Amino acid sequence: MSDLLLEMRKLRVEARGADGATNRIVNDVDLKLERGEVLGLIGESGAGKSTIGLAAMAFARTGCRITGGQVIFDGTDLMTQDEETLREMRGVRAAYIAQSAAASFNPAKRLNDQVCEVAIRHGVMSEQDAVKRAVELYGKLHLPDPDSIGRRYPHQVSGGQLQRVMSAMAMTCGPDLLILDEPTTALDVTTQIEVLATVRDLIRQNNNASLYITHDLAVVAQIADRIMVLRDGEMVEEGPTDKILNDPDEAYTKELVSARQAVVKPRIQVALPEHPVVAIKNVTASYDGRVDVLKKIDVVIGKGETVAIVGESGSGKSTLARVVTGLLPPREGHVEFNGKPLSAALRQRSKDDLRRIQMIYQMPDVAMNPRQSVAEIIGRPLTFYFGLTGQKRDRRVIELLAQIDMDPVFAERLPGQLSGGQKQRVCIARALAAEPDIIICDEVTSALDQVVAAGILKLLDRLQKATDIAYMFITHDLGIVKNIADRTVVMYQGDVVEQGSTVDIFTPPQKEDYTRKLIASVPEMRTDWLDEVLRERGDLFDIDAKVPA
Amino acid sequence: MTSIDQDVPPALPRRRFDWRFFVDMPLASKIGMFIILVNLAVVVLGGWLAPNGETEFVGGIWMPPSAEHLFGTDQIGRDILSRIIYGARTSVLIALGATLLSFSMGILMGFSAAVMGGAVDQVFSRIVDALMAIPTLILALVVISVLGSEVYVLILVIAVLDSTRVFRLSRAIAMDVTVMEFVEAARLRGEGLWWLMRREILPNTVMPLIAEFGLRFCFAFLFVAALSFLGLGVQPPHADWGGMVKENYNGLSYGIIASLFPAGAIALLTIGVNLVVDYILARQNRSAAAFEEQEL
Repeated sequence: MSDLLLEMRKLRVEARGADGATNRIVNDVDLKLERGEVLGLIGESGAGKSTIGLAAMAFARTGCRITGGQVIFDGTDLMTQDEETLREMRGVRAAYIAQSAAASFNPAKRLNDQVCEVAIRHGVMSEQDAVKRAVELYGKLHLPDPDSIGRRYPHQVSGGQLQRVMSAMAMTCGPDLLILDEPTTALDVTTQIEVLATVRDLIRQNNNASLYITHDLAVVAQIADRIMVLRDGEMVEEGPTDKILNDPDEAYTKELVSARQAVVKPRIQVALPEHPVVAIKNVTASYDGRVDVLKKIDVVIGKGETVAIVGESGSGKSTLARVVTGLLPPREGHVEFNGKPLSAALRQRSKDDLRRIQMIYQMPDVAMNPRQSVAEIIGRPLTFYFGLTGQKRDRRVIELLAQIDMDPVFAERLPGQLSGGQKQRVCIARALAAEPDIIICDEVTSALDQVVAAGILKLLDRLQKATDIAYMFITHDLGIVKNIADRTVVMYQGDVVEQGSTVDIFTPPQKEDYTRKLIASVPEMRTDWLDEVLRERGDLFDIDAKVPA
Repeated sequence: MTSIDQDVPPALPRRRFDWRFFVDMPLASKIGMFIILVNLAVVVLGGWLAPNGETEFVGGIWMPPSAEHLFGTDQIGRDILSRIIYGARTSVLIALGATLLSFSMGILMGFSAAVMGGAVDQVFSRIVDALMAIPTLILALVVISVLGSEVYVLILVIAVLDSTRVFRLSRAIAMDVTVMEFVEAARLRGEGLWWLMRREILPNTVMPLIAEFGLRFCFAFLFVAALSFLGLGVQPPHADWGGMVKENYNGLSYGIIASLFPAGAIALLTIGVNLVVDYILARQNRSAAAFEEQEL
């Protein structure tokens, strides 16, 4: 049955730059969406997918304008409607679920007030009815205590629960169209499953038409009927989910599909190193002296080895990095470096020790001083550690830029003038400039698009082969761990659950329940993955196991 | 790269000062720039420009403006234009000196407090709290009455009092920057306090500081004027703008406008400085917006 709800014809959205020049963000995109259908919009950041999502409500972000085309919603062209009519429609007939629920809720108001606000404000229902409807939705979304959870404040529920409350907010008015903008991207993998499963059920029950926006093909595969691949504001390819996953026509789609599976280095069995570069011995650490964030951790990292530290948020993996770098002296235990004990505090460490341990951060945007040029950023360690100045320094900067596949012309650029992938490359070059023994990589690919992230991983691997650097690779993404790490350490709430060679950890059957749950939660690039996991999960996936105390 | 290339010293492109800063200037800011330049010229050239001496009696008291005396004469018959020109040096130099000093002290302390935190932050912040608890003018009056109203004492007193506000501002904005990972990266590298303050934090806080400088410069100016007005600033017979307003304000009751000329000089320079500051801020915001556009 053809029951068209939303149609976009030659949609064009433009942004005005600071110099007055206009920049096309979305260029002549056609889109059709029927009732009860889920369309996945996929692409890298800057592809225009969020802009299209917002345009479905005839809305454009500040600085942007819909300059061409038609947005036909249920028979009416929204572009011809006045602002008043559009306001009535937004939130009621079309609802938007944003990526970060934590940022979308007012921390000072109770959940119910916020969930019911739209329905009450638009006069769709009375406060009583709205609350009743919300409670009903909480139940459908498998939130704990549906009757009372709405009286909590946003900080009193977990991230995954908040994301589900936000879905409830979008659903209160019973919208025809649901726009989901990366609703699970900010969540841990095990939480992602909860949200994905409940949101999917809800869409199916209510027969909503949905636009599901994400950069993760494996996620969208679980929920979408059709997928539209976007790049630079233009449609690359559109088709049924199966076809896009298994038999894409365009080269770009093929690249997207393969990026996730990129195997950088399949390693066989790895023994513990005899002379480790870094040996973390019996470390217990705490921020306030009362609650131990790390409990008696033992980890060794050998020369030229990649050790992945995996775990969900709150597992203590970043704290472990802070102990190794000296930012957080441990309460007990110590860190050995090349066989010698390392001073616990940063200030007591020698310049040479500092040089040998370098760090790369998750967010390259804030990891580089926005007022320093690339040459200054990369050049500073050269001057600081090796006393290089003038031409010698310049020459070395150019060498380092070449190592990270960047042209010397980038030397004068400021970080704001680089793309996300380039920024992360510069951060790698800065670490490399110090000629370290070990680089701590803290979620270095999490903020990047998959294709870009794959490039960064390949670069790291190439550099390791050339210089024998050890990597301590902190991540929550098991999908990449499998492909890059020699050994893997699984952490959960400050404890090491399991550690061993990556092959052992990933080859079923897993010894530890938590490891099994974590690995099972990584979305796979096939449409029946979620159903399979949900069928098998049993006691492993108690959906509401994470109610905060 | 071929082997020939390696003999040529590689030239990394360097970023230079962007001269478009002056070209893009809107008319209002050009006027502001002009006012500042004229004032600076008067400060430097001083006596060479003045038609009469600083303390020279040229005629009757409170004579109206005429071709001979453009701004008329003051309460004891001195040429007001000449006294404004002579007074520029004292007034502007005291205000400028005091503001520069207060910013050096305030930024140094504020940044140290933000970077080091803990005890240093506590000590500095409590000292500043204590200083700010005393009304500025009264504290200044007490200190100046004890130490005497020498120019350096004036500069020092104004600088110390003003630096409390600079301290609070610079500490707050530096706090925002110190939590960024690039500062952590510099710390991990082993950089010292001076590098952190000068190279990591200052460049990222310079814009609000410049804006504050424009404001505080004007306040310092008015503060000197207020002190002179109360008889504790620059001592007669030396001319300074605030003092001249004081000397002549009684005339206002008789319809004598002599005090408006030095008052106008203060107002004009204040406006001029702020017109330029506004432009610097707008320019900064624009380039920030341009970066954000790129992020999209």
